[in-house]
Amino acid sequence: MADEHGIEVWSLVRTFKDVHAVQGINLRVEPGEIYGFLGPNGAGKSTTIHMLTTLLPPTSGTAFVAGFDIVKDGPAVRGSIGAALQEAALDPYLTGREHLRLQSGLHGIPKREREERGDELLTRVGLTRAADRKVQTYSGGMKRRLDLALALVHRPRILFLDEPTTGLDPQSRNALWTEVDRLAKDEGVTVFLTTQYLEEADVLADRVGIIDHGKIVAEGTPEELKATIGRPTVVATPKQAEQLEHATAILERFGEPTRASPGATAVMLNGKGDLADVLRALDGEGILVDDLRLHAPSLDDVFLAKTGRMLEGEEEQSE
Amino acid sequence: MSIAMRDVFLIAWRSSRRTMRQPAAVIVPLTFPLILLAVNSNGLKAATQLPGFPTHSFLAFFLPFAFIQGALFAAMTAGTDLARDIDTGFFNRLALTPLRGMGLVVGQLGGALTQAFLQAIAYLAVGLVLGVHFASGPVGILVFLVLALVIAAAWGMTGIWIALRTGSGEAVQSQFPLLFFFMIISSMNLPRNLIEVDWFRDAATINPVSYMIEALRSLVIEGWNVQALALGFTVSIGAVAVAMGLASIALRKRMTRT
Repeated sequence: MADEHGIEVWSLVRTFKDVHAVQGINLRVEPGEIYGFLGPNGAGKSTTIHMLTTLLPPTSGTAFVAGFDIVKDGPAVRGSIGAALQEAALDPYLTGREHLRLQSGLHGIPKREREERGDELLTRVGLTRAADRKVQTYSGGMKRRLDLALALVHRPRILFLDEPTTGLDPQSRNALWTEVDRLAKDEGVTVFLTTQYLEEADVLADRVGIIDHGKIVAEGTPEELKATIGRPTVVATPKQAEQLEHATAILERFGEPTRASPGATAVMLNGKGDLADVLRALDGEGILVDDLRLHAPSLDDVFLAKTGRMLEGEEEQSE
Repeated sequence: MSIAMRDVFLIAWRSSRRTMRQPAAVIVPLTFPLILLAVNSNGLKAATQLPGFPTHSFLAFFLPFAFIQGALFAAMTAGTDLARDIDTGFFNRLALTPLRGMGLVVGQLGGALTQAFLQAIAYLAVGLVLGVHFASGPVGILVFLVLALVIAAAWGMTGIWIALRTGSGEAVQSQFPLLFFFMIISSMNLPRNLIEVDWFRDAATINPVSYMIEALRSLVIEGWNVQALALGFTVSIGAVAVAMGLASIALRKRMTRT
């Protein structure tokens, strides 16, 4: 059974008629850890988070969240967790402060403490000045920050965030990352975060699980996962387009060809040379290069290797 | 205050506040029944000349219908708002709190009843200002308001049931013309014994809405008609019970939390 602040998932399955949304996943999230659950739309991320937050009963298997069984102890699980699910679910006609008042009231926070707790959270998410405005006037980033504040009202030890930064501008995204990181590092809150952004998982998560077609296909720290890919890639863009074929032939002496953007050529290095050797070879055969770069493995490469396709830019499909 | 009462109060508070901030949800239910009251009490006042018509004032005869119609509008707002909550995920936000399912339903109903009560006070004030006399006296006015609220609870719970069952605001709104049809084929415009078309009289006789209207009407134009009141309260409380039963079944399917 999981620690009182952790998550442990045992053979969790969820089917909807003929659709096998989640197919027997197992995972463990340690207390205070940020776990990034990475996958494309329709992979099973939201179904998993709905099961872990007790909103959806599993078809089979179970999980322990904060030490409670999600199937047998739903109310106890809900009392221990905070959740901001996909799309900030807010009432456009209520103000930010009223949302906090409602949420804290329903969580049983004594009336005299509600205002204080609301003010504290509004300050923390930077919404003090907008607190008495109706939510329909909020930007996407403000709604997400309010959503996070609402999830924290009852001081949960485990926080579930379902694609918290989808649709946000870079500034709002960074602000949310900072707050989530602070919650984990300073307050020891365990964070289970689903995302379809590789950068988000890379920057924020201590460990990452990649889910595809309802199954976890890889799991580890971002560094461990990248290490499984191992080899860096050299990408060269010849100055003259007609030299592309010649440049490709030279690069192939150093590794296996891999995908490159139009007008460029790339190989995954096989250990027979490094960037300097590639540059010397190109120069020695009179190839002028516009751009030459060494590309270290990324989570995108991991995703490609594990699933056979790229994550970002996937055609959207509803989960 | 008990936890259940607190939950109901908070949900009703939110529901009322949300309704009051949507001008269309306040103005239409308040004015439309009064417009219909004005039109019908003028246009159909010749009906009072019919032998056996129970009053000389069509305004007094038709006033109870405003309460029924207003309650239907309040129910539509409550149902549509709940369906929107389901659609936007706000329902899931509530499901993640310790809120009990029936607390949500009763709280939502509380919002509809608050709206229906405020509307009822407005209709009553307009009726009294225009000279409607309550044959049952001041106590009759209180009983009238209580029955009007029980009827509003029946409509409101019906709206909540449809919302929980469909999860769609459009579906809720599409059901209301059907409920409006029930109101039309009742004794809203004529006492049942004066309806000459057989099928219409039969339809009005088996239509529960007739008994709701007739109970309210009896307090205005007759005084204390125990039989009419007993029928009106029985039908209305029965409708609340049936709608609440259906709503709790729909809630179990909708709120699948463990």
